[in-house]
Amino acid sequence: MRRTSTLAATAVLTPLLVLGLAACGQSTGGATADAQPENGPVTISYGIWDKNQVPAMQKIADEFHTANPDVTVKIQVTPFKQYFTTLQTAAAGGGAPDVFWMNGPNVKLYAANQQLLPLDQTISRAKLDLGNYPEALVDLYTYEGKTYGIPKDFDTVGVWYNKALFDAKKLAYPKDDWTWADFQSAARALTDKTKGVYGAAAPVEDQAGFYDTIPSAGGQVIDAAGTKSGFDSPEALKGIEFWTSLVKDGASPTVQQMTDTSPGDLFKAGKVAMYWNGSWAAVEYNGVPELKDAVNVAPVPAGPKGQVSVIHGLGNVIYARTKHQDAAQKFVGFLGGERAAQIQAEAGAVIPAYEGTQEAWVTSMPQFNLKAYVDEVATAVPYPASKNTKAWTTLQTDILTKVWNGEVDAATGLKDLATQMNAALAKEK
Amino acid sequence: MAGVLSDTQQAQGADGATAPGGVPSGSGSRGDTPAPCRRRGRPGRPGRRGRPGRSGRGLSRMRRNDLFWAAVFILPTLLGLVVFYLWPVVRTLLISFTETGPFGGSEFVGLANYRELFGDARLWETMLNTLKFTVVALLGIPVALVIAALLSTEGLRGVRIYRVLYFLPVVTMPAAVGLIWRTLYNGDVGVINALLGLVGIEGTNWLSNPATALYAIAGVGIWLGLGTQIVIFLAAIQGVPKDLYEAAALDGAGRIRQFWSITLPQISPSVFFISVLAVIGALQTFDLIFVMTGPTNPAYPQTETIVAQFYQRGFVENQQGYAAAIALVILVVIVAVTALQFRLQKKWVHYV
Repeated sequence: MRRTSTLAATAVLTPLLVLGLAACGQSTGGATADAQPENGPVTISYGIWDKNQVPAMQKIADEFHTANPDVTVKIQVTPFKQYFTTLQTAAAGGGAPDVFWMNGPNVKLYAANQQLLPLDQTISRAKLDLGNYPEALVDLYTYEGKTYGIPKDFDTVGVWYNKALFDAKKLAYPKDDWTWADFQSAARALTDKTKGVYGAAAPVEDQAGFYDTIPSAGGQVIDAAGTKSGFDSPEALKGIEFWTSLVKDGASPTVQQMTDTSPGDLFKAGKVAMYWNGSWAAVEYNGVPELKDAVNVAPVPAGPKGQVSVIHGLGNVIYARTKHQDAAQKFVGFLGGERAAQIQAEAGAVIPAYEGTQEAWVTSMPQFNLKAYVDEVATAVPYPASKNTKAWTTLQTDILTKVWNGEVDAATGLKDLATQMNAALAKEK
Repeated sequence: MAGVLSDTQQAQGADGATAPGGVPSGSGSRGDTPAPCRRRGRPGRPGRRGRPGRSGRGLSRMRRNDLFWAAVFILPTLLGLVVFYLWPVVRTLLISFTETGPFGGSEFVGLANYRELFGDARLWETMLNTLKFTVVALLGIPVALVIAALLSTEGLRGVRIYRVLYFLPVVTMPAAVGLIWRTLYNGDVGVINALLGLVGIEGTNWLSNPATALYAIAGVGIWLGLGTQIVIFLAAIQGVPKDLYEAAALDGAGRIRQFWSITLPQISPSVFFISVLAVIGALQTFDLIFVMTGPTNPAYPQTETIVAQFYQRGFVENQQGYAAAIALVILVVIVAVTALQFRLQKKWVHYV
């Protein structure tokens, strides 16, 4: 019977592993005092997630160190998949990096929970002018009237197209001022069932999808205050049907097909003619020899309310409980300046947020119409976010997947989504 | 002699229960000493009685030493257990009665999380999915048994190679396994559909079709677990006395009859062991779901397990109190199912 008793122990203890997961992350704090200049050299940590950007970030850190010999910046890279889980645990435990990258869906969560340092002092000390960054981005990093992040870079959305597939159907390439009707008819004309080619990809995608078409139709995903869902408006319905009609008409692969093979891969394989993607895609396509000259990009087509892309960008933020507030402020001030933006632009990985430094990025891949992305900034809308964005984006994915799949009709689904999203928002308080 | 026994004598003297002269029944037979006569001030020391014929004092020092060292050796494990298992369980229980913010800071809400949880249709859906996974996972056991029985065939060549082949998935990361199987299951370009196409069957989008996804993933789970199960069954089968088979053969039992009448009953403790582990493993299915499906998969509502739901609530949606309540429900379910298995095993497991 000995084996059974060991077994009993195993049986009881194994499930506890699950419970162990639940028990991390407590205690809060985060008093902020005025920055005291420190004596002697200090090292601050800078948390980022994109290893492609390490060279540019290192260069910025080095130049900053040259200008401020007392401060050394140590870059910590955490892959994006774990970045926010790790950061949250570290922040709760008092050990987050002094300065780190933040994104739209998370900034209000961190700001509302006193994990970020308000940056008024940083801005005044470094004499930063917030007018130098796209307004939608500054808004994204503003919570209850205070700035918590300095925009680092931005991304807008464009429509990538495969030139050969347009040529095959003797169709003119998309123009900069094209409309929803142009896009829809092109998508249908480009579809070729016998070759397994689809005119467009219409995945259940927010940023490069309905976050653009809903405002293009005149609607909004969430109101400016971040307290009320906009999914139950007739405009939102139009923005959603833009996509679902493509699936229904067979001009896009089905949700199941795009679950098995990502729409991005289908586009790269020449099975999809038009694919909405963010400006970050340029570097990727530029790096594939077969794609480099085979694809190009157009701005998003104009809907009833014109050409509207969602704009998102990262921000540099300071951890509220940093032990080196003075050094962190200096560094974020430097990151927000023109020189740091130039270094990023030259590296080509992202569009720097600093006004006037985007040209270097546009010309870094001359075969693409990258100007389309930069020009969209003027009419772009901020990335929809609230205090606990993830709570309703989960609902969004759940319900819209059913709508796309035809299990629920769009109007009913959106109404249900708005109700549930409002309930989730109400919980944020 | 007197020196050795002096403090005992004093104690006994104080009790006034011993015969004059102070010497009890001779050195070394301390075991006969009646309980009230034992040394005061150290009550309840175990093992002093009933061990006649050994020198009491020397033993006590040795035993004290033993206990000390035993404690030293147990301590690291005990500490680990307390810090990493017991304390988290207690914390989880506490958190489940609160609404806990993403960065800590909690508010006591009583049973609100549980009330919400049991009213949530999602709990029952994910529970049902988990149950289906578990039932399918158990189907892997007969498969492993048959393979193990075949591998233990007398004189089979290359047993080691087979063993390695079957064990290989066990030492591979489930995440990597999940990714490979995803491409195999791909509806448009997957190997499985290509093979089915050869015999004229049109496959489906195995992982995104709500009707097939759960079974497709559970199949991978079985394949992943097969290696461990086979190795344990192989070892168990090798432990079955050969003469039983010889006797059975003399009685005219064929190989299949031998398997049912000798092998299976003889290795039933191992089968039980594996079934307990398999059930616990299946009830905790998470990694394969995480890698092979996901919230954007149209089949996700049909494949999301209860642990996946726990992760979603606790780590994606920042509802840690609610997630803690889910974790406790999982614990209760697993303990209940395991207890049930232990109860049922009396009917079919033979301990030799």
